[in-house]
Amino acid sequence: MIQAHESVIVRTMSRLLIPLIQLFALYILLFGQYGPGGGFVGGVMLGTSLILGILVLGPESAPCLLAKKVIHGDGVGLIIFAGVGGLCLIGGGEFLNYSNLRIPWVDTDSHRRYLGILLTQLGVAVDIAVTAISIVISLSSINDSGESHD
Amino acid sequence: MTLLFEISLLVLLIITAAGAMLVKDLISSVLILGSYSFLLAIVWAWLGAVDVAFVEAVVGAGLATVFFLLTLFGTAPKDTRIRRTTTPFVAWFGLPLLGLLLLYVAEDLPRFGSPDSPASVHVSPEYLKNSLQDTDTPNVVTAVLMDYRAFDTLIETAVIFTAGIACVLLLRRNQE
Repeated sequence: MIQAHESVIVRTMSRLLIPLIQLFALYILLFGQYGPGGGFVGGVMLGTSLILGILVLGPESAPCLLAKKVIHGDGVGLIIFAGVGGLCLIGGGEFLNYSNLRIPWVDTDSHRRYLGILLTQLGVAVDIAVTAISIVISLSSINDSGESHD
Repeated sequence: MTLLFEISLLVLLIITAAGAMLVKDLISSVLILGSYSFLLAIVWAWLGAVDVAFVEAVVGAGLATVFFLLTLFGTAPKDTRIRRTTTPFVAWFGLPLLGLLLLYVAEDLPRFGSPDSPASVHVSPEYLKNSLQDTDTPNVVTAVLMDYRAFDTLIETAVIFTAGIACVLLLRRNQE
């Protein structure tokens, strides 16, 4: 059911918008510690940029092919998040207590916590982006099977 | 001036919420719900909760609308028009009564931004005082979500992962 949009205006505009959305999403993701935003919103926006590509440019376009590759990584984000917690355990502290992260060039507790927050935010963002894309692809694939049955 | 802004925002919120429920066409209903989410995002930003406003605008207005629309297109197109049943007699009496009751109870709520409210005397002063020294993170919301309350966030991430897996299992069963 999902195919490329007919209108040239819509296709050109979304080609222009997708990189801008991704740039803004990365900004939101990496500057979540200084302003509003963070892993959750950044991840949703990263996913949304690919979803726009799927919906407007059709199933043969580059964003859709990328999205189909990306959804095999479902759960990587959760592994990153839980893995940071596990590294804290290995470092000799409690689960998710970032001050026990053993990073050689970082010497203060607050900076370890800063890096822990950044890494877990990346994990959340990856998890949410992949999940959003995966749900959209699932929902659009029922259309295809429904059409083939009729 | 701000009062005028608040009142017009409230009126628009009520109009869009009622419109999303009353309109006959499901696709228009979904789109009105999206605009409701945008107005709600403005309300959150107005109240100072910029992070919540961000999530409401991106998820409520953007992603949820896309999910709703894809589901609508996936189900049969003839289902998109819905017949509304007449309002039951109890609702005409019960709901205004409930509203009056809620207004009566709202008298006891702490005033907005009051420093004596239970929410701002328990642990949040500690977070506000210590989060910058503890974590080098100027945004307190991120520090609370990702460090002090990291377990909650981990489980929330697991919930979202589970939702994605459930969608794949239910909807992509018949492929291959």
